[in-house]
Amino acid sequence: MSGAMGEPNALAMLFFFVFIAASLGITWFAARRTKNTEDFYAAGRKVTAVQNGLALAGDYMSAASFLGIAGLVALSGFDGLIYSIGFLVGWPVVLCLIAEPLRNLGRYTFADVVAFRLRQKPVRVASAFGGLAVIAFYLIAQMVGAGNLIRLLFGLSYEMAVVIVGGVMLAYVLFGGMLATTWVQIVKAVLLMSGAALLALLVLARYSMNPLALFADAASRFGNSVLAPGRLVSDPIDAISLGIALMFGTAGLPHILMRFYTVPDARTARVSVAYATAAIGLFYLFTFVLGFGAMVIVGQDAIRAIDLGGNMAAPLLAEAVGGQAFLGFIAAVAFATILAVVAGLTLAGAAALSHDIWVNVVRHGHADGREQLRVARGATVLLAVLSIVLGIAFKGQNVAYMVGLAFAIAASANFPALLLSMFWKPFTTAGAVASIVVGTATALGLIYLSPTIQIDLLKHTTAAFPLRNPGIVSIPLSFVVGIVVSLLAPEAAAAERFAATERQLHLGEEV
Amino acid sequence: MRAVGRLTGPTMSAIPPPSSVPERTALATLAAARWRIGLGLTAAMTAIYVVFIVLIAYGKSVLGTLLVPGLSVGILLGVLVIVSAWALILVYVRWANTHYDREVALIRGERR
Repeated sequence: MSGAMGEPNALAMLFFFVFIAASLGITWFAARRTKNTEDFYAAGRKVTAVQNGLALAGDYMSAASFLGIAGLVALSGFDGLIYSIGFLVGWPVVLCLIAEPLRNLGRYTFADVVAFRLRQKPVRVASAFGGLAVIAFYLIAQMVGAGNLIRLLFGLSYEMAVVIVGGVMLAYVLFGGMLATTWVQIVKAVLLMSGAALLALLVLARYSMNPLALFADAASRFGNSVLAPGRLVSDPIDAISLGIALMFGTAGLPHILMRFYTVPDARTARVSVAYATAAIGLFYLFTFVLGFGAMVIVGQDAIRAIDLGGNMAAPLLAEAVGGQAFLGFIAAVAFATILAVVAGLTLAGAAALSHDIWVNVVRHGHADGREQLRVARGATVLLAVLSIVLGIAFKGQNVAYMVGLAFAIAASANFPALLLSMFWKPFTTAGAVASIVVGTATALGLIYLSPTIQIDLLKHTTAAFPLRNPGIVSIPLSFVVGIVVSLLAPEAAAAERFAATERQLHLGEEV
Repeated sequence: MRAVGRLTGPTMSAIPPPSSVPERTALATLAAARWRIGLGLTAAMTAIYVVFIVLIAYGKSVLGTLLVPGLSVGILLGVLVIVSAWALILVYVRWANTHYDREVALIRGERR
């Protein structure tokens, strides 16, 4: 049905250049206001609750959730919904356990919080290691996805697409810091939400605005099985393992956690999560309609013909209901989505490298503001170059498991250490380091031994570890290791500081 | 307490006068309440989601049952999981905006 897919689309290019021009304008404006590290990492802590809610949503709604889930629903119906739901249920955890204490205890990175009452250096090194591991896998997945998508949407070469994403993202972060990154996220979130809403509306208009009529039509054409669970969840243990990694991983993603430092106080952090969850939940409800809409209006065979994984379902649907112009708009939104997520990840990575490793470990906490800013910008350039190199190095690789891996490490390495450091008095430096290292290593090792790598990628006949998702083993293990190591060798100084930690956790920083 | 905290890391140093006994008690009560609510709501979300997944795995035919044309039990429950996440967040935000913030303000006030 579409000959335009994969060829340069003039309208898509136009929309895309408008977005780039607007976002670089934002960057120029933000650059003039980015004077110190507080501006660079935390947008001067002046972001409002609504703004931060949208920026969180922007950071969280990657191209994978827009294109991937719409495609999954289009090709497998109900099974695709399981993912969208899994991605939402982590937010109550972020709100109830993490957001406010994080805001009150830290300054720029989540390592600030873990290291608050523990010995700085070992904890900073371990936390930065856990954080960078998450960022690296997430970044590779995004870059490879970007290369493939942009090739399909715009007809650009893979390498060209990766270089453009890396270059534009570098401009945002390098010059505009967190302020530019936040506003790019907000613009992208609004574009993505309105694009998805408009697309859903155009689909529902064909069914007199009744989603049930759409679902019933899908069932009449493709069988009632599209409304029922299918093959995706054949092993419940594996599904629960994926589910808890998604739930608790959200609370350990460095680029999400960093957003809570951009608001003025804990109350704003709290309310912003409510806005974010409202936006993200609504967006995932739209994907129900988009997926089933693509299934009936575009057709499963036409979707598979363009891309076997179904990633082009939403753009194809846009073309079918809104013509070339709407396809161009949706394609540009997808591109903007990737750019914004990559920028957020890079900024979080730069903070870990410069604030945690350079300033607090190498320089023992003695670095003036100018040096801190210079190192932060150097780290940004380094990460941008690295993301382009990795993006090109992983060309043609199946990296679908990498986002899952990023969530698994976030849930197994970062989340337990964060939670225990804030709420469990006997937690020690050794406990924190052990928990992070064991969590990361177990998540990495078990995924390597899982059927995803052993059977799907390496084509072996068996896999040593039966589950595709390590969370159900690695998350409890990380908690147990953290607790046992802490109890075996108590750290009096850390326990003594717990009262002060608890006070600041609730009352905020008092100067 | 670290002396160099102010510039770079989080501060342990900027904690003014030693807290009184009633303040410590009030803070401990508040900390316990927040912990209870946070953990309770997290447990509720986990339970809802795990039940949903277990139903998907073992109750495929139940979830496939059509309530009305186009609406299966599974889709309804899926939407309800999203709505329950919203509801839990609303519960916490309302509790914190009223009770928790008031207690924090009281403890801060007593300090001055």
